[in-house]
Amino acid sequence: MTLRVEHVGPMALVVDGGRSGVRHLGVTQGGALDWVALGWANWLLGNAVDAAGIEIMVGGLTLVAEADTTLALAGADLQAKVDGMVIQPGQHFVLRKGQKLAFERPAKGLRTYLALPGGIQADAVMGSVSSTLREGLGGLDGQGKPLVVGDVLRPRAQMAQGQRKTPEAAMTSSLPVTGEPLRLGLVPGAQMAAFSGTSLFKVFHSTWHLDQRADRMGMRLVGPELSCSLKGIISEGIPLGAVQVPPDGQPIILMNDRQTIGGYPRLGALTPASCARLAQCMPGQPIQLQVITPERARREYLAQLALWSR
Amino acid sequence: MQKHPVVHTQTARIETVAFDSLILRLFDVIDEAHMPWVLAAVKAVHDTLQEQALEVVPSYTTVLVQIDIERLSLGEARHRLRQALARLEPLASGTGAVHEIPVWYDTSVGPELPRIAERLKVSSDEIIARHCAHEYSVFALGFAPGYGFMGLVEEALATPRLKTPRQKVAAGSVGIADRQTAIYPATSPGGWNLLGRTAVKLFDRDREGYTLFQPGDRVRFVAIDRSTFVAHGGDTTPQPEEARP
Repeated sequence: MTLRVEHVGPMALVVDGGRSGVRHLGVTQGGALDWVALGWANWLLGNAVDAAGIEIMVGGLTLVAEADTTLALAGADLQAKVDGMVIQPGQHFVLRKGQKLAFERPAKGLRTYLALPGGIQADAVMGSVSSTLREGLGGLDGQGKPLVVGDVLRPRAQMAQGQRKTPEAAMTSSLPVTGEPLRLGLVPGAQMAAFSGTSLFKVFHSTWHLDQRADRMGMRLVGPELSCSLKGIISEGIPLGAVQVPPDGQPIILMNDRQTIGGYPRLGALTPASCARLAQCMPGQPIQLQVITPERARREYLAQLALWSR
Repeated sequence: MQKHPVVHTQTARIETVAFDSLILRLFDVIDEAHMPWVLAAVKAVHDTLQEQALEVVPSYTTVLVQIDIERLSLGEARHRLRQALARLEPLASGTGAVHEIPVWYDTSVGPELPRIAERLKVSSDEIIARHCAHEYSVFALGFAPGYGFMGLVEEALATPRLKTPRQKVAAGSVGIADRQTAIYPATSPGGWNLLGRTAVKLFDRDREGYTLFQPGDRVRFVAIDRSTFVAHGGDTTPQPEEARP
C-alpha cells in the first residue's frame, strides 16, 4: 500500500501539526500552513486531524499507486486527476494499483492536502515529521527535504479508520475567490499602540495585496505605507500570524516557518483560521484586515475543532 | 494598584500578542543583570500553567507564553500569571549552566579578527584576550536551532554587522555584532563579524534537550591553538572571502 513519486512540481512537503515546546531553542513551528484543510483530509479517513499528510503547492505532482490505496484530498482545487478523471478536494477515493494521481495547476486556492490511512510513515524529529527546509528537520529523510522523484509514501495504517463525507459548506468556503477581497481577522496587540493614528486607520480601511514574496516563513502585503514610532524593538518571541511592520512600512504576516524571535514592531496577530486562508492566496490577492477580539477568535477556533470531534 | 516587588524600577506588564499568546514584558533595556528575573519568570510560567503552557520563549527582556487555548482562556491565563509575577523572586545566580567553549581564533576562520584589532590599534591577541575575559549571558535562542544570542561584549569591541551578509558562514564560527556574540550552529548565511571557530556542537537532534545552550546559561570562551582545535574534530577550512558587491 504505497505511493511512488513520479513527478514533482514547485513544492510538496510532508507536514503535520508542527513542532511544539521547542520554540525557546530557536526551532520553528513548521507544519501545515492550511491546518484546516489538512484537518479535513485527515478527518475524511478517520485519522487524527494533525496526522502527517502531504502539502502540495501549485501542482505538478504525480503519484503512482503500487497497491490499492485509500486517499483523501482537501484544500485547494489543483485539478487533481486519476487517469484523467477529476477528483474534487473534500473527498476520499481509492487509487488502484498502477493508477496515477496527478495534480495539474491551481483552479482555486494554492495548497492542497493529501491524507493516507493513519498518516504517513516517517520518523518524527523533535516530535514532528513536518519538513522544515531551512532547519533541515523532518520529512521522509529526516533532513527536511521536499518530496523528490522516486520517494515512496507509506501509510501508517493498513486501512482507513473511517470513510467520511464532509459537510459541503465546510469544505470550500475557506478558499479565496479571485478578485474579491479576502477578509482576515487580526487580534490587536504587541506594539499596535506605537503606530500613528492614520496608520492604524489605513491598516483596517485599505485593500492590501499579497506580494510575490510570500512563502512558508512570511507573506508580505503591499499597500499604503505605515509608520510606527518604533524602528525596532528588542527581539521577542513571535506567535503564529504575527503582523510585523519593518521600516519600509509594509506588513509581513509571519507564518509557520517564521523565525522564533524578531525585532520589528507588530500590529498583533492574525487568527489561525485567517493564516490558513492566507495560505491559499495567489500573489495579487486583495486582502482586508479587520479587528477580531481574542475571545471571538477562540470561539471560532473551538468551533472548528468541534466539527472534527463528531 | 499595589506596587509589587517584581523588579526594582518597574512593573512587569502582561500583553496580548495573539489569540492564544501573552507576552510578559519585564524590562525595557538589555542587561545581563536582568536574566535571573527573566529565568524566574519562565519558571513561574511553567509552575503556574504547567502543561497548559505550550511554548515559553524568553528573549532578553520578555517571555512569550502560548497557552493551550482549548483548555484555558487568555483571561484566566493572564489572571494566574499576574498573581505569579507578583510573587516573583530572581533566581539566584548560578542557576543557568556555565559552558566553556574552546575557540580557535585565527584570521583564516575569523577574517574580522585583524580588522577589529586594527581599528582598536591593538594586537589580535589582545582582542582574543578581551573576548575571552567575560562570562557572557545567553539572552535568547533564535535565528537557527541552538543559536544563542550572548552578551554583552565590552563596548570597545562592539562592531556593527557586515553591510553585506555572507552567503555562507561556516558551522562553528564565532562572531560579534554590536555588543553581542554568538556561534553559528550550522553553515548558514550571516552578517556577524567572525573571530574564530569552535568544534563544539550547539544543536543535536539526538541529544537530550537538543541544544547545548538554554536561555539564561552563561558562556566563557577559551582560546585554543590549531592542533587542539583539530584534535577536537574542528574543520580548518578557511572561511571563504566573498566578493562584496
